[in-house]
Amino acid sequence: MQLEPRQHTPLWMTVSAPIIAVTIVLILSGGLIMWAGAPLFESYVALFVGAFGSKFAIAETLVRATPLILTGLAAAVAFRAKLWNIGGEGQLYAGALAVTYFGTGLIELPPYLMIPFLFIVGATAGGLLLLFPALLKTRLKVDEVVTTLLLNFVILLFANYLLFGPWKDPMAMGWPQGAPVLEEGILPNLLAKTRLHAGLIISVVMAVVIWLVMSKTKWGLEIRAVGHNPEAARFAGIPINKTIIRTALISGGLAACAGVTEVAGTKEYLTLDISPGFGYTGIAVAMLAGLNPLGVIVAALFFAGIYNGADSMSRAMDVSNYIADVITAGSLLMVMLAVMLTRMRIRFRA
Amino acid sequence: MEFFEMFLNIGFWAATIRMATPLIFGTLGELICERAGVLNLGIEGIMTTGAMVAWMWVYQGGDLWTAVLVAAVFGMLFGLLHSAFSVYMGLSQHVTGIGITMLATALTYYSFRMMLPGVTTPPKIVPFENYAVPFLSEIPVLGQALFNQSPLTYLAFILVGVVAYVLYRTPMGLAVRMVGENPMAVEVQGIDVYRVRTAAVMVGSGFMAVGGAFLTISVFDAFYFDMINGRGWICIALVIFASWRPGKALLGAMLFAAFDAIQIRVQQSSSTLIPYQFYLMMPYVFSILALIVMSRKAAYPKALLVPFRRGQR
Repeated sequence: MQLEPRQHTPLWMTVSAPIIAVTIVLILSGGLIMWAGAPLFESYVALFVGAFGSKFAIAETLVRATPLILTGLAAAVAFRAKLWNIGGEGQLYAGALAVTYFGTGLIELPPYLMIPFLFIVGATAGGLLLLFPALLKTRLKVDEVVTTLLLNFVILLFANYLLFGPWKDPMAMGWPQGAPVLEEGILPNLLAKTRLHAGLIISVVMAVVIWLVMSKTKWGLEIRAVGHNPEAARFAGIPINKTIIRTALISGGLAACAGVTEVAGTKEYLTLDISPGFGYTGIAVAMLAGLNPLGVIVAALFFAGIYNGADSMSRAMDVSNYIADVITAGSLLMVMLAVMLTRMRIRFRA
Repeated sequence: MEFFEMFLNIGFWAATIRMATPLIFGTLGELICERAGVLNLGIEGIMTTGAMVAWMWVYQGGDLWTAVLVAAVFGMLFGLLHSAFSVYMGLSQHVTGIGITMLATALTYYSFRMMLPGVTTPPKIVPFENYAVPFLSEIPVLGQALFNQSPLTYLAFILVGVVAYVLYRTPMGLAVRMVGENPMAVEVQGIDVYRVRTAAVMVGSGFMAVGGAFLTISVFDAFYFDMINGRGWICIALVIFASWRPGKALLGAMLFAAFDAIQIRVQQSSSTLIPYQFYLMMPYVFSILALIVMSRKAAYPKALLVPFRRGQR
């Protein structure tokens, strides 16, 4: 068996590859649903209705897509530079911690200043958290995958300490949760009687900005060049380490913004379960999007729909909602394979 | 003074060896993969799968040693999937590994929920009993700590020797090390690089799964969600700490487990001056420190992370 590069990839192939990949995953996951003894077709209908079947369902899916767009962007930017940031989850919590520290009474500003301020301090916290592994990578060649993964555990334990200790809200009847974010800092609601908040607009705008930066600016070109071929980039006079550090600050900042939208938008206070793995799902989002920032919006909507749909399907059909995690992980692998097959062809010979 | 008395305590040393066992399995498994040039980030998920399937096997009435085998087989299946992507297709080892961890974990949790619907407290099994080695276990302190352990712990120690022997003293081990250093040269010798790498990743993944199984059918008697809790990532740090050598991997795992045992005892004996969460952070912080300390000396296998494409230079 041998892999040969294709001379030319037709457009239909590039477009259909992720769709075919996801379809295959949904078919394979169907086997697991049948194993659970649920009717396949009705289950997928229940999943779809749970995700997009009503105004409320759509609003909830958009609420869930908001942090996924941001963690997806974080992974997309970093992976472009081959900076393997798997620490999105930790950076998300860093952003959430920063919002709780600054946004619950320490500083009072009018809303038009307060909300940008919270995003800035949140993003700074996340960027700094990723700066440490990035410096270890550029200075000491320490693999960033392991350090970012390990830091996730450290940050989560730190948040656990704060919420069970000094930051525990005395008004919360003993639950480990932070004080509520000041009214000025709350992201405005977009649709009455739903949880949909302005975080969605902010994350879509960020996706467009990141797309512009990545495709139209020198910074974007440098990030892509470093990821594509560091030797050539060095030869072209691009400062490799500086670019990696810059990428880390952007990527960590984006993931942390997801923590900001969750604390200041969805929940309005910090808990230990603000993220059911948004940081990790962001990796699948970025891969499904082919690392394209605009594609991230679509991919985030898809996965948000899968998770919300799986929740309502599990209630209706008695299928564990871990099926959503299976679909996410399966899609991550299958899309990667499909995208490669648009660039290579397999040739079998004896 | 109390701090030093701890080291004279048999329980302390026995705990250290017990806690080192899953790390030994995981580190050896990762070491085999990396020696063949494949970083296996699927370890965390594969350990989770091993922990669940072994436990489930015993819970359904199977015996303990078969459960170990079942765990290893499931680990090898995920190893095969990993190599299909990372070796045969030459895809990013980083993304493949994270994908395998996510998939293995999700499938494990889904299956557990489906097979035991509606259980709130995890049901229990009868785990491995400690086996006191005749004579040796009667040596004071050392013997009682070292030779009154779970049979799986002895297996882990034996495997360190076996892996070291195979890697350094057999043609098979030479092939494994060579595909991790210079796959081209191996290909020229007429050895199939893909097959050697796949075999190494499968065997390594089997080891990882047994490491997970140790937790559910030897230390504890139940399966809990999130019970691997980063042990897989710590193993990856330990491989680098051990400079890809089995003997040093054993040493690293023991050192690490000793720190963990100290941490737990200090946490229990000291007042509530330092919150317990900071003690729980220690293993992760130590792993990062170990990576920093070793960074200058780390001699990675030269072809690690480099996909091999036949017929290409």
